[in-house]
Amino acid sequence: MSKFILKRLGFAVLTLAIVITMTFFLMYLIPGGPFLSEKAPTQATLDALNAKYGLDQPVYIQFKNYVVKLFEGDFGMSLKQRGRTVNDIISTKFPVSAQVGGLSIIVAVLVGIPIGSYAALHRGKFWDRFFNVLSTTGIAFPSFVMATVLIVLFSVYMKIFPSYGLEAPINYVLPVLSLAVYPMAYISRLMRSSMLDVLGQDYMRTARAKGVSQFRILFKHALRNAVLPVITYLGPLIAYTLTGSFVVEQIFTIPGLGKEFIKSIMNRDYPLVMGTTIFLAAFVILMNFIVDIVYKIVDPRIKLN
Amino acid sequence: MKKIALLLSLVMLTSVFAAACGTSTKPDSTTAEGTTTAADGTDATAAPAAEQNLVVNVGPDPDTIDPALNSAVDGATLIIHAFEGLYTLDDKGTPIPGQAESVDISDDGLTYTFHLRDGLKWSDGQPLTANDFVYSWNRAISPDTAADYAYMFEAIKGFDEGKLDVTAKDDKTLVVTLNSKTPYFLELTAFPTFSPVRQDIVEADPESWATKVDTYIGNGPYKMTDWVPGSYITYTKNENYWNYAALGPDTIKFVLMADDASILNAYMNGDILFADSMPNDEISTWQDKADFHKQGQLGTYYVSFNVTKAPLDNKLVREALTLAVDRDYIAVQIGQAGQVPAGAFVPIGMTDAEAGKEFRDVGGDYFDPTASGYAANLQKAKDLLAEAGYPNGEGLPTLEYLYNEGTGHQQIGEALQSMWAEIGVKVDLVSQEWSTFLNSRKNGDYEIARNGWLADYNDPITFLDMWITGSGNNDAQWSNAKYDDLISQVKASSDPAERMKLMHQAEDLIFDDWMLCPIYYYVDIYLQNPKVEGVWSSPLGYKYFMYAKITE
Repeated sequence: MSKFILKRLGFAVLTLAIVITMTFFLMYLIPGGPFLSEKAPTQATLDALNAKYGLDQPVYIQFKNYVVKLFEGDFGMSLKQRGRTVNDIISTKFPVSAQVGGLSIIVAVLVGIPIGSYAALHRGKFWDRFFNVLSTTGIAFPSFVMATVLIVLFSVYMKIFPSYGLEAPINYVLPVLSLAVYPMAYISRLMRSSMLDVLGQDYMRTARAKGVSQFRILFKHALRNAVLPVITYLGPLIAYTLTGSFVVEQIFTIPGLGKEFIKSIMNRDYPLVMGTTIFLAAFVILMNFIVDIVYKIVDPRIKLN
Repeated sequence: MKKIALLLSLVMLTSVFAAACGTSTKPDSTTAEGTTTAADGTDATAAPAAEQNLVVNVGPDPDTIDPALNSAVDGATLIIHAFEGLYTLDDKGTPIPGQAESVDISDDGLTYTFHLRDGLKWSDGQPLTANDFVYSWNRAISPDTAADYAYMFEAIKGFDEGKLDVTAKDDKTLVVTLNSKTPYFLELTAFPTFSPVRQDIVEADPESWATKVDTYIGNGPYKMTDWVPGSYITYTKNENYWNYAALGPDTIKFVLMADDASILNAYMNGDILFADSMPNDEISTWQDKADFHKQGQLGTYYVSFNVTKAPLDNKLVREALTLAVDRDYIAVQIGQAGQVPAGAFVPIGMTDAEAGKEFRDVGGDYFDPTASGYAANLQKAKDLLAEAGYPNGEGLPTLEYLYNEGTGHQQIGEALQSMWAEIGVKVDLVSQEWSTFLNSRKNGDYEIARNGWLADYNDPITFLDMWITGSGNNDAQWSNAKYDDLISQVKASSDPAERMKLMHQAEDLIFDDWMLCPIYYYVDIYLQNPKVEGVWSSPLGYKYFMYAKITE
């Protein structure tokens, strides 16, 4: 195990180094700059700004400066949100996205797994077909359509839920739901097909022949094996969902990190582009690592090395 | 162990989630003691006898609300509530005394002596003196500050040397010396960039003082009591403000929404009582309701020709393209908000030298931009194109029209494409992402491009100054020695009538050369709940909520 962890750690560092280098240089290839607007600043202002943020240096010097700062744990100052550091932006906005995203994943798992299992157990019957239609719709519905429909329905017409912000628990309902629908549908389909697969295995028949109760068969033998594909899916899903969704945050005015990813690129806010990219990359790597460990625990036959 | 193992995927989830929950929902919020803010939006409808909490939307999270650094309209609205200049604007857009009680202007119009009010204080109770203005204005032009709007101070003597000729004769008297007579100088002192800031606070944290509630100390009618980035900003009445007794709402909550459809939903819900933007296709539904407000805005939507690229280096081609546009169609069918078809560059609403006269009244149109003039314009455009050697567009290469992504810009591009096809000019539409677009346009890396300009202040020079040779905003890459000369004469002139005459001549040159194609003059539209009264919008689009009342 420790050998495995060491090896994975080495790969993680290498991956991150590649991500940092490539993002940094690709970023500077995009035309435009952080200080342009409909009214161009005067050349004097532009020069002053470039000097202030070190953008007047050659790109490789900037890269060196950036990496040095990075080792001190400093992601630098945002170029657009004047006066805010990238560390500050990530540390205040990530928890917000993580709460909404975390809740939506819990909802997706708690609903998706039972529905998928139930459908598999009642294959071809009414409920199987019913959930099939539902999950197909859920996958086909983009989150921005979902969010808009939910707002119009529950907040404009019925006035049950507020349409923006996160000030009270009730505000979470619509954004969490908009985010949960797709993974919920996807998990239920994954679960259904892998459950069907497991139920057809020889050892299931043996268990039944031995007179093991239906409950024990399902929870002790079937579910445990069937849930493996879902875990694979959950790793990256958690990383992407917890770091926020641009669309849902924009529609519900949620002060999350998702918006920063997109806005920073559009604004050419170089330090924020780097900061959010490194953060997401590290998170994805971490989640994949955790998935591997969980795999090993759920199914001891799997060899990590 | 085995049962737990089954649920490990969930544990994995919840642990990450729990870690995230460790911090509060409002991580950056530092609510000042004793202030209650409209917690769920429904407080906005509280009875008038009780506390008045106004909830509005003027834009998304501002990039900055440092008075020196801001160059955005929504940022300006936030700043004018927390700060006040020597003068401020009333509901007609006229400068009225703010921090200054009165001003003496010397006979030559070059020296302004401002007398500050008695007992002025900052929102933390410290006294405000004339020296605060000296510091703040010099800070705004300093290269260290790198302010977009530093050039707003160029009327003041010493601007070029980096040391403004602004002195505090005593704590209550500020003397300002100008380079040349500047008729709009009092209006400038009401501009957010001219607000005073606190030296000790700014110097203690020059980068971040304007991002924190504790250090965002102003001298305006309101003070910030809460800011959750990306969510909302709450302002509370400033008890140290000289006109405290006359102020309106107890709190103003600026909800930082970015999505037009969400803003409209929140407005219809009653969550917000004021919305500064709305989806274009909703305008027709709302424009007859009492909520809908429309007001002129000093700005022009136009099309830039790159005059260095063939065949656009031919003035006749540019004139033909300009005349072939049906502006009425664009304003009515696409703009939908009551935009005014433009027959010149300097917009309506700009004042001329003579009282009560607008620059546009005096200058008139350079062609008839209305629906009734279109047929004649179109015929003339065809004739011009033939005269240029391209009858019915024959021999012209396919031109490129560059615009930035966005529904409205694309619709206008498509309309132009079909209008220009009428005279036989083929145009391809090319859309670029915002920052790339700005870069291409600024560098002259285009043939025809969408463009737009909003005034910085109510004087035509803010529209004409940009076309001098080598100006950073001269996207047309145009250069005309006579024009450059006229503009420098305008800047040196101290006779208002003479200035205006020169500026009319300068605008004539633009249309002698047809170096741009005006489309329409902007309007500012917003939704305001009929139970809210006393809100106004300045000619630059800044919203004034400080004297608003919520009635039932």
